Amino acid sequence: MSEEPLMSVRDLEKHYPITEGLFRRQVGVTRAVDGISFEVERGETLGLVGESGCGKSTAASSIVRLEEPTGGEVIFNGNGRGGATRNADGTHPNDVTRFDDRELEAFRRGVQMVFQDPSSSFDPRMTIGDAIAEPLRVQGMDDRDRRRAIVEDLLDRVGLSASDADRYPHEFSGGQKQRIALARALVLNPDLVIADEPVSALDVSIKAEILGLLDELQSAFDLSLLLISHDMSVIREVCDRVAVMYLGEIVEIGPVSRVFSDPKHPYTEALLSSIPTPDPRASPGGIELEGTVPSPSDPPSGCRFHTRCHRVIQPAELDIDQSAWRGLLNLRATAESGAVDVAGIRERLAADSETDVTDAAVKARIRADFDIPSEVASETAERTLSRGLDQIVNGEFEAAADTFSEAFTTPCEETAPERIEHGSGHESACLLHEPDRTSDDGEGAGGRRVSADE
Amino acid sequence: MTDDASPLLAVEGLTTAFDTDEGELVAVDGIDFTVEAGETVCLVGESGSGKTVATESITRLIGSPPGRIEGSVRYRGRDLLEMPEPELRTIRGYDIAHVFQNPQEAMNHCYTVGWQIVEALQIHEDVPDAEARGRAIDLLDRVGIANPSARFEEYPHQLSGGQKQRAMIAMALVGDPDLLIADEPTTALDVTVQAQILSLLDELQSEFDMGVLFVTHDLGVVAQIADRIVVMYAGKVMERGDVLDIFERPAHPYTRRLLECIPEVGGSRKGGIPGTLPDPHDPPAGCRFAPRCSHAVEACRTGGQPAEHAVNPGQHASCVHYRSDMDRSVLRDGSREEQPAAGGVSPEDE
Repeated sequence: MSEEPLMSVRDLEKHYPITEGLFRRQVGVTRAVDGISFEVERGETLGLVGESGCGKSTAASSIVRLEEPTGGEVIFNGNGRGGATRNADGTHPNDVTRFDDRELEAFRRGVQMVFQDPSSSFDPRMTIGDAIAEPLRVQGMDDRDRRRAIVEDLLDRVGLSASDADRYPHEFSGGQKQRIALARALVLNPDLVIADEPVSALDVSIKAEILGLLDELQSAFDLSLLLISHDMSVIREVCDRVAVMYLGEIVEIGPVSRVFSDPKHPYTEALLSSIPTPDPRASPGGIELEGTVPSPSDPPSGCRFHTRCHRVIQPAELDIDQSAWRGLLNLRATAESGAVDVAGIRERLAADSETDVTDAAVKARIRADFDIPSEVASETAERTLSRGLDQIVNGEFEAAADTFSEAFTTPCEETAPERIEHGSGHESACLLHEPDRTSDDGEGAGGRRVSADE
Repeated sequence: MTDDASPLLAVEGLTTAFDTDEGELVAVDGIDFTVEAGETVCLVGESGSGKTVATESITRLIGSPPGRIEGSVRYRGRDLLEMPEPELRTIRGYDIAHVFQNPQEAMNHCYTVGWQIVEALQIHEDVPDAEARGRAIDLLDRVGIANPSARFEEYPHQLSGGQKQRAMIAMALVGDPDLLIADEPTTALDVTVQAQILSLLDELQSEFDMGVLFVTHDLGVVAQIADRIVVMYAGKVMERGDVLDIFERPAHPYTRRLLECIPEVGGSRKGGIPGTLPDPHDPPAGCRFAPRCSHAVEACRTGGQPAEHAVNPGQHASCVHYRSDMDRSVLRDGSREEQPAAGGVSPEDE
């Protein structure tokens, strides 16, 4: 086939305004999807994976314009629109975000969606035959008998029988309903199917069946598939390539085999290690992400993952145990948000012991809470830490926050990483892999920067 | 009162039925299992297999009527099903604590998190408010909630899903429970948060020497935390045994098919289990799994669920093929049994 991808998404953004008050004055934006780029080749399955709230589903609905994207472009070369070149003004004739109503209707013939919950995606008063035929009717096929023939053929292809066309959704189980949803998605013979968590509402035994069916249908209909899931095992099973999202951004993208065997971004690494392995002899994963995903309305500066990253980079002059460094940064963040709970610690220590609570005990408890050893292996860092802790126990919280924020800084919060190529289309966005940094960290093969316009 | 010889929890012939418009529905049909102190028993099965009803019958959280609970549930030798309600109330939520699947729905949105923990505590113990508050904050701290005294004052909607589940666990710990019944506690959570909660439960279990009855359908989670497994299907126990035996030498055809549903590294799996759960109003006359079982023979289709047969020490399967007069070799189709014990779970060859 042609060289161009079926769909290419460029710097797609979806920002929601945060409004306040009677006049809905805008006071901020929630960056649900914040500049993601990827391509879907013909016949391939691309997975989009990430925790809840990372923007996976918003990305999908922005691509098909169920929600209007606020920036970027989505170039769709299906529907026989391939081979187009950019206009003189830099816009692309196949840019979905610029389609007018007529073009959009045609576009939606080529792209179909399958949603998570099959029981809420059907009209309970419509027979499933009518439900499957509805897209045909909407797109202008008026011949009832032909519609019926297509529906019966499709029901057969998804493992149901033609006579099921006259039954209602409640007569089917969850797995069967998801089969029907697939039939409905395929009825217009689309080039691309976007499946948003298609199996997460299903039992493990049914899940396996539906994934198998998805695979079968993909080769039978020569489909491209964008599969959104939070379940890494689903992604591993059905996808060719995978894009890992964190807080509205893609942090890593590449062939499934490479990303799973050699994850380059610490977030991917943590995500993979938190999957429970179905082997009772395996030791548990190891990397445990602390805390929760920050709010997309106020994402961290630099690399968005730096607030939770277990590989967060130390400043050039520092070389201490990585978990102690993570602890220092956590302490700094807690101090900055004014949330070091000295009173609470005193209260709890007092409950446990008979004697008076000394400042030293409070400081030791703070260290323990943040996994910081009693002596940090760097003189300067230790000195700063003790000064900050003294300020904390004396109630000078702001001064402590200042002490910490001046001394404990990481390059990760200052520089937003660019995507680095590791070969075979495997890219990640992490400062650890910057060509000029890899040498001193011994972090394995470095890569080359992906130029912005590539 | 405590009888050292008896297990922490012994469930025998537990049957829970409901009266419905379409007749009596037997959701749990005569199941047996035990939980010892300090061990984790996982109750595994597809949705609709009766896992939740079974756990909620233990402390009679299921009202009767509409439910009808029969059999015996012995907690430290005392039968919870015979116990008068006021006495049961001193145990439920205190010695035996529950953690439910959806922390969003399990908390009251109109009260602060701290208030709800204090309430759980004061129902069981006559403690002054100040002390209760101190203990609640301490519990929030124990379950890994940062800045607990501030969180104490917050409402459930101010907490993330993972934090809410931690708070629910804190609430369950008010009485240093001997038995924790956790019904899909991580299913509604992200995998990274799930890992946090599972390691928290593990920590707490060794700290309190709790027995844990953990309900889940996620076999990955089971492999990670279980000491023993009870496999349920359509209200019956199909197989029970040690975690290594079940994963490496599953005896019942249903257990085997369930394990085959796990995706493997490299992406192959044999596929799902064709068919659906039987209609609970009209269960099959023989083995409940017979209509979907590829090894079903005539003996499977009559005479009720087969008796449990010991296949290994501590491992029991409810399958006629293990009867002494039956030929169990029919089960060996490229079987797992021939695999070396350390082979782990891999799908059978195609």
